Amino acid sequence: MNKRLPFGLAMVLLFVPCLLLVAFTHYPALRALLNSFWNNASSRRPSKFVGVENYQTLLEDDRLAQIMLNSTLYALGTIPLAIGLAIGMALLVNARLPGTSLMRLSFFMPTMLPMIAVANIWLFFYAPGIGLASQILGVFGLPPINFLGSTETSLVSMMFVAVWKEAGLFMIFYLAALQAVPENLKDAARLEGASATRIFFNIVLPLLRPTTIFVAVNALINAFRLVDHVIVMTRGGPNNSSALLLYYIYEVTFSQRDFAYGATLTVLMVCLLGVLAAVQFWVLNRKAHYQ
Amino acid sequence: MKTSTRFLTSCCAAAVMGVHATSLSAADLEFYFPVGVNAPAVDTIQALTDTWAALNPQHTVEAVYAGNYEETTTKALTAANAGQPPQVAVLLSIDLFTLIEEDVVVPISDIAHTPEDQEWIDGFYDGFMKDAEFEGKTYAIPFQRSTPVYYYNKDAFRAAGLDPEAPPTTWDEMIEMGKALTVKDSNGNVSQWGTRIPTLGLGGAWLFGGLVVSKGDVLTTQTGVEARIDTPATIASLEFLLELSEQGVMAPGGISWGDTPKAFLEGQTASMWTSTGNLSFVEENATFDWGVGFLPGGDGPGAPIGGGNFYIFSDTTDEEREAALDFIKFMTSPENAAIWSIATGYVAPRADAWETPEMKAYSERLPQALVALDQLQYAEREFATFQRAKVTQHLVDAIESVVTGNAEPAEALRAAQEGADAVLGEYK
Amino acid sequence: MKKGMNKILWSTLGLLLAAVWGLPFLYSVWTAFHDEIYSANFVLNAPLTLENFFEAWRAAPFALYFLNTLILITIVLIANLVLCTLVAYAFVRYRFRWSGILFALIMVQLLVSPEILIVENYLTLSRIGMIDTILGISLPYLTSAFGIFLLRQTFMTVPVSLDEAAQIEGAGAWRVLWNIYVPLAKPIYLAYALVSISFHWNNFLWPLIVTNSPEVRPVTVGLSVFATVESGVEWSLVNAATLMTTAPLIIAFIIFQRQFVANFMRAGIK
Repeated sequence: MNKRLPFGLAMVLLFVPCLLLVAFTHYPALRALLNSFWNNASSRRPSKFVGVENYQTLLEDDRLAQIMLNSTLYALGTIPLAIGLAIGMALLVNARLPGTSLMRLSFFMPTMLPMIAVANIWLFFYAPGIGLASQILGVFGLPPINFLGSTETSLVSMMFVAVWKEAGLFMIFYLAALQAVPENLKDAARLEGASATRIFFNIVLPLLRPTTIFVAVNALINAFRLVDHVIVMTRGGPNNSSALLLYYIYEVTFSQRDFAYGATLTVLMVCLLGVLAAVQFWVLNRKAHYQ
Repeated sequence: MKTSTRFLTSCCAAAVMGVHATSLSAADLEFYFPVGVNAPAVDTIQALTDTWAALNPQHTVEAVYAGNYEETTTKALTAANAGQPPQVAVLLSIDLFTLIEEDVVVPISDIAHTPEDQEWIDGFYDGFMKDAEFEGKTYAIPFQRSTPVYYYNKDAFRAAGLDPEAPPTTWDEMIEMGKALTVKDSNGNVSQWGTRIPTLGLGGAWLFGGLVVSKGDVLTTQTGVEARIDTPATIASLEFLLELSEQGVMAPGGISWGDTPKAFLEGQTASMWTSTGNLSFVEENATFDWGVGFLPGGDGPGAPIGGGNFYIFSDTTDEEREAALDFIKFMTSPENAAIWSIATGYVAPRADAWETPEMKAYSERLPQALVALDQLQYAEREFATFQRAKVTQHLVDAIESVVTGNAEPAEALRAAQEGADAVLGEYK
Repeated sequence: MKKGMNKILWSTLGLLLAAVWGLPFLYSVWTAFHDEIYSANFVLNAPLTLENFFEAWRAAPFALYFLNTLILITIVLIANLVLCTLVAYAFVRYRFRWSGILFALIMVQLLVSPEILIVENYLTLSRIGMIDTILGISLPYLTSAFGIFLLRQTFMTVPVSLDEAAQIEGAGAWRVLWNIYVPLAKPIYLAYALVSISFHWNNFLWPLIVTNSPEVRPVTVGLSVFATVESGVEWSLVNAATLMTTAPLIIAFIIFQRQFVANFMRAGIK
């Protein structure tokens, strides 16, 4: 065991896979950093070194400020909501109630759908005045809500879509964790007369902590990585109220064709994820320390 | 291990070969086009393309449906940057400057230089040629062209006690009649709005151009470096949009382009502003009597011209260019322009197309189709500049921030003008 | 007695939540199976129809899109299984200089996934002439940090004694990998395969950027191209297309519900 790795074998085992990984992860990240110091060249504009000009643009970009705020709200809104719902669903599915398989099917189904399909479904669901959401409001005598067409509701509406898609997947992880909770612990508590609520908060919830961390990290990455629904449903509008950072990178680069600014925004994104990773590492470390 | 590598290689080869078949015939054309989900449009393009291929067995052509307008332009540019452009494509007329800046298209007048060619080019309506020219050269040939028109539900007009043959022609009438057309249910919620003008995104900016034209101004000129976003006409236009919702004639907040025809068909709104490209869709699905009129105007009629033109890409051989030109001539010939126009509602771009028996029969059956043609004389070019996507975004932001109640018209337009000028500064 | 009441109460609550949760999807099913005029009107005895599915299938080359997705996920899956196994094996069984740093560098991909780097990856792909190829879509995903992590965790649980016994019998590195490590990790391979298939079946942004022609479009991109709202959109048609493109996954899920759930759980457990 743990032999020295012979050079030839190392080439086979590590070289090709790592080369591919580096070529599409580390290389592009560094390349983005380099390109962010150049201007956006076209047939009418030669490429030239511009120093930190792109970063100055970035600091003065009002749209970006709005988008960073949106992204933060989006992450802060979707992650706790998805986690809370996922725990609730897992408890329901785990309780051996009648109708469990129906519940599991309904909760987990959205997870299997591509985000793009989810976006199509919700686009019609939200359509003001005619979609199902408006019709349900109408049954209760409420006026239709212009979900995607007003700046107050568009981001929240996008959050619901994301939560709907993701909560089912997280439920699965909690289900696994719940099934691993030792029955005798709960039995002992019950014998001592603890209520179901007490058992949940004092025994079950602490045991779910590692799952919560895992799920939270996943949800955080997804909050930055997944913007398919923005592309389909709102294109970031109205008035940029539902634009997220990765969507902005996509728009700036591929429809406005400003590759240099796209690279600059990529650097911002990577730095942001780096900071989040560092925070997360620090939190996890502290937790390990206490245990 | 070995088998999987071989499998990978063969998959790779298959994927690569699928796209670049080697050239055996005189010219292999790839043709990108944008249309909505509207199945007849795709079918029609495909059928016309097949006919051309059958008439020209020495050539091949593959029609590629690449998504909506914006996506098709993105795809064509992406492919061109990767060195594999389509030879010919229908792209937004307003993307002319972007395509020139990226240096991916050739002027069609450089390929079509005989006197007959010139005569052919002269046969297109002037209104459609305005945004196909740059620095004295013709870069594009009109094809999928449209203007927005005012669609209205005649049954709703009757129910409101209005004359179904006299749709509003001015902004004041729109508000006045709109009030009569607005219907509320027992809970006090509006079940039918007076009108619906999409205000969000690129579609919103397009229609906004129509409001501005009717106030006697334009958003851009043919130079491609001028954005006239902050003018008395634009301020009045934006204020009018606000007034529509303040007077309870139009739903408050942003209105999306995509839901609009559906809302009209569902009776959610008694009238709507949208492209003539929706004529056949409305005709097919409407369960009520409907009509089409000019866009009501501020100081008289006015509309933006929009839609797509044919472009020929520069990274092509002479044979491909000749074949592409022939293909374009075929697609815009009177008979085929008529077929295309009848199938979709797009305005046939040449006078001779309207002379064909099919087209005459069609406009007799569906007189609504003539409205866009008549309106053409009052129509002006759509907002187009260099860095179109970036500059238009400023206009879109201004409109959206006002209709969603987050900014005042004058102040929003001033900010948009500053933003646009900053982008265009280096082009002047 | 009280417990029974509780159970009914919770069950009702659960089913209610399930019903609300299922609404958007059921709405989509309703529109897909009815004529366009019923897409926003609920008439209980409205006639059911399959016409939307036929029409959508006719209107766009969905069969081709399915084939492309199939090729794509096959390439990615095989490459993932092979490459991640190799790397995980190297990390678990061997000791080498900078292995800690190398592993940390690999794990960076968990955080900075290829979607984040679309700008530069697109330029790379364009430079090597792989735009608009299926292999090009798959390139950034061939090595997966998640797969490496998962397999490394699994391989670490393989008893040393088994490995040593095989060596005494004269088995080389490859035999040990194939006969000892791989069989013991079978459930993890299955779990990983399911996660990977559903991820790549659903992936959209990157394929959208690098594909131009229908010959290489995966279903997600094909669906988005089909459903763009330029002119009038028939909801029933779009919903039919939406359901059609996701049907294989949905049907597979309904049939293998328990296994799916179990395998997803396994992939999530660290």
